[in-house]
Amino acid sequence: MLDIKNLKASVEGKDILKGLDLQVKAGEVHAIMGPNGSGKSTLSQVLAGRDTFQVDGGSVTWDGQDLLAMPIEERARAGLFLAFQYPVEIPGVSNAYFLKAAVNAIRKHRGLPEFDAMDFLTRVKAEMKAVGMKEEFLYRAVNEGFSGGEKKRNEVLQMALLEPRLAILDETDSGLDIDALKVVADGVNRLRSPDRALIVITHYQRLLDYIVPDHVHVLSQGRIVRSGGRELALELEEKGYGWIGDAGEIHAAPPAAGGAQ
Amino acid sequence: MSAVDTWVSAFHARSAQQPGAALPWLADLRRQAIYRFADEGWPTRRHPRWQHTSLAFMDQQDFAANAVAPDAAAALARLRGDDAGHWLVFVGGRFNAELSDIGALPAGVQLTSLADALDQHPEAVQAAFGSATDGDSPAALNLALATDGAWLRLPRGVALEAPVHLVFITNATDASQHLRNLIVAEANSEATIVEHYLGEGEATTLTTAATRLQVDADARITHLKLQQEAEPAIHLASINATQARGAHFASHSLSFGARLARNDIHTRFDGEGCDTLLNGLYHLDGRRHVDHHTSINHAQPRGNSREFYRGLLDGNSRGVFTGRIIVAKDAQRSDAMQRCDNLLLSRAAEADARPELEIYADDVKCAHGATVGQMDEDSLFYLQTRGLDDAHARRLLTYAFAAEALDRIALLPLRKQARAALMARLPGGELLEELL
Ligand SMILES: Nc1ncnc2c1ncn2[C@@H]1O[C@H](COP(=O)(O)OP(=O)(O)OP(=O)(O)O)[C@@H](O)[C@H]1O
Ligand SMILES: [Mg+2]
Repeated sequence: MLDIKNLKASVEGKDILKGLDLQVKAGEVHAIMGPNGSGKSTLSQVLAGRDTFQVDGGSVTWDGQDLLAMPIEERARAGLFLAFQYPVEIPGVSNAYFLKAAVNAIRKHRGLPEFDAMDFLTRVKAEMKAVGMKEEFLYRAVNEGFSGGEKKRNEVLQMALLEPRLAILDETDSGLDIDALKVVADGVNRLRSPDRALIVITHYQRLLDYIVPDHVHVLSQGRIVRSGGRELALELEEKGYGWIGDAGEIHAAPPAAGGAQ
Repeated sequence: MSAVDTWVSAFHARSAQQPGAALPWLADLRRQAIYRFADEGWPTRRHPRWQHTSLAFMDQQDFAANAVAPDAAAALARLRGDDAGHWLVFVGGRFNAELSDIGALPAGVQLTSLADALDQHPEAVQAAFGSATDGDSPAALNLALATDGAWLRLPRGVALEAPVHLVFITNATDASQHLRNLIVAEANSEATIVEHYLGEGEATTLTTAATRLQVDADARITHLKLQQEAEPAIHLASINATQARGAHFASHSLSFGARLARNDIHTRFDGEGCDTLLNGLYHLDGRRHVDHHTSINHAQPRGNSREFYRGLLDGNSRGVFTGRIIVAKDAQRSDAMQRCDNLLLSRAAEADARPELEIYADDVKCAHGATVGQMDEDSLFYLQTRGLDDAHARRLLTYAFAAEALDRIALLPLRKQARAALMARLPGGELLEELL
């Protein structure tokens, strides 16, 4: 489904992704862990099409197509979804309008009839109930004044409504209480199917108790330096990232500012 | 013959047919005003209040009536829908009784055309009329030439439930229209007055308008102006309010039309504990220019003022905002807040926002801020990752920026009308229709 080869990206002349490889097949769940500043959000933003990051090399293939050549909204319409680490507040736009515009943009692309106001409300209310959001959030401006946890729930709500084929969750679990974490996990698990895939970026093994990954990767200094099964996450939780460095793989990367702490 | 002389001769030619021409005080006042205008001419950049908007070009400017008049009845029907309310319609600067529907009024309320009011209660009109020295030279021209407008007098304690709508539509015979609206709100009265300026066509027309509001003790007056003149029109207007003790005045100025629009909006607190809101929104494109010159005079203690202006500037347009706040020496415990925010939708658009604070009291809260910025890239990206294309996302964010100004309009039907007017201007506004 997604094939990333030797991906290199920089911002303002600073190299962030330094030759990253990752393959995601339909039905799989991949977890990406890694120290702060290692490039996890950069990877997710590059995949979603953020143009502040310059792609300096490599390729990303999505269902045989060149993903990097697709406009942002085309990627979304083709089924790529990014739950933002820091969801954006948009004063003046009601969440209801935003959600409906998004759902209909994507339905239209899929050749489905657009929802009218009634159908949409029925659908969105059901999904809101599932993610534990009160109806009033429909009538508030997008993310404006939402608490950290409320913003994350709103991301999960969008994911549920848009039914993506590949969802990237960038620290959707950060800042969530235990109940909210379960809600997020349930939302994700409800979406799981053999033709969908997930990339879960997280710092905590906890989420992976609920969303069991097929593969766990460690991203450090702009590369995947280690891949394994779910036991890798447990090991990381226990030992931190330092031991990976000891294994010599980080040192194989060219020296750069920052790095694994 | 220079254009100033043209106006002076027009004045002499028309003065006998002006409403109230037989009233000596009014004839005098008009003469003083036209002399003042002839003497001062059009303001240029050298004038301290016109530094960003010169009217020097007016000397060469020809004005013409539009070849075809807008269908006033149809325009009114679109605007009015099924609103019951009080509707006064002026076509080409004159009251049109046929199109108007003043409706039922509480006892003692006077709501008529200014021409009728000059017949029926000339003394009261005289007291509210204003003087030839008010404002700058365009205001003097307005006083001299005004053919009509609205007269509203609210007796003590009376509240008008439904808004009073004043609709001004250009016609196919007059190259210019000059309107004067006088509003006297006695103590504890309450009303909302809406001015709509509508025009269509390719000709350069001139509108001058002056609205004067006397807001007596504890009265509550909301004034909303929706300027949607035709693209080539010139629109020069002033709104002057005086507030007595505890009076509340809200002004919403929405400027969407005309090639050049100038609004002078002033209020003065003549008693303690007054409250004012000046809210404004302008949308410009092409080479259009709009200038809001506002002032709030905290002449008495414990006044509260809130001022918010927002500009959406596209093409090569230019938006100017000046916000003068005066706090007199004895006006202790005044509280003033002012903001002007501009969103530039093109590289060539320009915004000027100038606060002018004159604070003479020491126990005062006064905050002001101005921003000029481009569309937020993070928001744009966020919307696009949800499947909205670039154009839709931009429109949505443009609308969202304006929505803050619209949301300050308390009466929902008016907010909706204002929204519809904005949507009609935004390219692809129909995509956002469901927001209504
Ligand atoms: N717009 C930008 N301008 C400059 N530097 C940037 C920009 N965006 C990201 N960076 C830098 O790129 C590096 C990688 O950032 P990124 O956000 O991808 O890290 P991350 O792995 O998601 O970290 P975290 O776990 O803290 O979320 C960091 O050093 C960051 O400071
Ligand atoms: Mg991150």
